[in-house]
Amino acid sequence: MSSYSITEPSKRQKWAAGSFVIFYAVVTLMPLLWIIATGFKSPSDAIAYPPKVVFQPTLEGYVNLFTTRTRATPEMLVQAGEPKTWYDRIVRQYDMVIAGPSRYGERFLNSVIIGFGSTFFAIVLGTAAAYAFSRFRVPLKDDLLFFILSTRMMPPIAVAIPIFLMFRQLGLNDTHAGMILLYTAINLSLSVWLIHGFINEIPIEYEEAALIDGYTRFQAFYKVVLPQATTGIASTAIFCLIFAWNEYALAALLTSGTAQTAPPFIPTIIGTGGQDWPAVAAGATIFLLPVMIFTILLRKHLLRGITFGAVRK
Amino acid sequence: MAQIKIKNLRKDFGTFNAVKSSTFTIEDGEFFMLLGPSGCGKTTTLRMMAGLELPTSGEIYIDGEEVGQKPASKRDIAFVFQLFALYPHMNVGKNISYPLLSQGMPKDQVKKRVAEVAEILGISDILKRPIGGLSGGDRQRVALGRAIVREPKAFFMDEPLGALDAEFREHMSEELRALHNRMGATTVYVTHDQLEAMQMGDKIVVMNHGSVEQFGKPQEIYDWPATMFVANFLGSPSMNFLRFEGMLGTNKSSIEMNGIDFKIPTALEGAKGKLAIGIRPEHIKFSDKAQYRGKVLATEYLGTTQIVTLTTPNGDVKVRTDATGKIKTGEKIGLNFDPRTVTIFNAENGKALLSNANQGVFNRG
Ligand SMILES: Nc1ncnc2c1ncn2[C@@H]1O[C@H](COP(=O)(O)OP(=O)(O)OP(=O)(O)O)[C@@H](O)[C@H]1O
Ligand SMILES: [Mg+2]
Repeated sequence: MSSYSITEPSKRQKWAAGSFVIFYAVVTLMPLLWIIATGFKSPSDAIAYPPKVVFQPTLEGYVNLFTTRTRATPEMLVQAGEPKTWYDRIVRQYDMVIAGPSRYGERFLNSVIIGFGSTFFAIVLGTAAAYAFSRFRVPLKDDLLFFILSTRMMPPIAVAIPIFLMFRQLGLNDTHAGMILLYTAINLSLSVWLIHGFINEIPIEYEEAALIDGYTRFQAFYKVVLPQATTGIASTAIFCLIFAWNEYALAALLTSGTAQTAPPFIPTIIGTGGQDWPAVAAGATIFLLPVMIFTILLRKHLLRGITFGAVRK
Repeated sequence: MAQIKIKNLRKDFGTFNAVKSSTFTIEDGEFFMLLGPSGCGKTTTLRMMAGLELPTSGEIYIDGEEVGQKPASKRDIAFVFQLFALYPHMNVGKNISYPLLSQGMPKDQVKKRVAEVAEILGISDILKRPIGGLSGGDRQRVALGRAIVREPKAFFMDEPLGALDAEFREHMSEELRALHNRMGATTVYVTHDQLEAMQMGDKIVVMNHGSVEQFGKPQEIYDWPATMFVANFLGSPSMNFLRFEGMLGTNKSSIEMNGIDFKIPTALEGAKGKLAIGIRPEHIKFSDKAQYRGKVLATEYLGTTQIVTLTTPNGDVKVRTDATGKIKTGEKIGLNFDPRTVTIFNAENGKALLSNANQGVFNRG
């Protein structure tokens, strides 16, 4: 006799579901994998036709990404002697010597400072505002919330020119502070709205219990509300970081040197010394890492938060 | 331990008046019930006493001190919420110790105190468990533990058994009462269940539409309701009202209804117009000699007793009698009212008229 259960799928169903997930994963991961692979190809392999799936891996792309090189005359090469390091050796194949570090490191650091900095402020300010909206009698609350949301009703790039002029006036052009301010402002509406929703879900009795137990309102917020809102705050932080990290247009317009982030910088790698696709791919690969790590770290948090909710109800 | 005094307490939410000028006193060590139908302002009253809501006007005294505007954390009281509000991110032991930590009590002392409380409530073996997997009863006990651990001046409980199923409720209510007898702390308990209120309470205040209808000992309120609302809300089935147009003179000890004279406790207050005779189902006796008669509509068998519903010229009447008597539907029976238990109401405003039987119970400010 065969039995049928709603909870346990049949072998065939499992198989179908599994293959579908794998197929979907391959489709979405393909471009990513191709970028990562290209980063380890030599320039000629990178543009080979038909495309090479199997190739001799090399760190050339990464060396080119992080250095600037100059073509050397034979005398100079003799004078420089044998290559001393593995990256010297890679560069010598093309009769070049390393002239110094490239700007990628700085640009990447700028991205980290601006991305994480603006995420931090968007989350701190957003949580504070959301808590106030959720728990206190704020005059014109609904109108204020709508106003906050309305700042997202057109693409930020639409106001790029006014922002550019304002920034020039305020001396914020090409500064870290300016870019953090800008991304925080753009992300704030999202963070206020999302976190407001999450805090509304937390019954107010928990805080009241803490207040009666002798805690101040801030302690109640910090020790009782925050731990329960981590799920929501973590996912909001991911959204904020992804936006700030990937933002291209405003960064291209408002930064050029000191505060330039990686997105507008990466395309400029192409221009220096032919079409150096492996270096571009290497830059993109490294650029992907922080968001991936951040998401994976917080994902554990997300899962824990979700199981919490499941048990509570 | 403390006496709690409420004086002209009022709460408005915008233009909505949730609590109207309440006044009552809770004596030290009393188990005090706030009883009333849904939406009558019980929770609001309790929250004002606890400091979770600011009164619009009026005073609250705890232990002789006016605390109306004091924050909850400064009132030294404990609150048990309907859904317990146990901190979901802490285990059982942490939940119970949390109120002590806010007072800066040393760690080893906290541990000892939590162990004591867990012992009292019989939850010593689940101290390390997370809140998530606990049964309703255990959650209830943990919530109580969190309340008693600090030895506050008073306990406030908002329908603490509301989230439990019927069978377990009974058990927990006994446990709660036993705990109160052991600790003797002033307890204010909100419920909309009249049976629970009468079983557990030393005293009851009955509220309706934001105002206090009556307060006193359960039996006093049950026997001598001050209003038709209280008479109707307490008891199951509730008090019978025989409505008629008539008059009652001061110092009279009988009243005429449908041309029949009924003996009643001596009236200290007269009235004329729409009146009602209030009598509990168990105080009506069947008697063939009685002049006043009703026709049996239905009987409801309850084991040792039965409830007989009759129709009379003054409305339907329910009578509680022995289950042994055989009563047929459609039968006409004479009804005798026990004169010592009758309350006459002014049906116009729903207030009981003062008599020498109920004057001792009434406290009409
Ligand atoms: N914060 C608030 N804002 C506006 N109205 C409120 C607020 N809190 C309570 N009310 C209203 O005040 C009235 C009394 O509410 P309360 O919660 O005290 O009733 P209750 O007697 O506890 O009822 P229940 O048995 O349903 O818990 C209700 O009509 C309710 O809608
Ligand atoms: Mg309530």
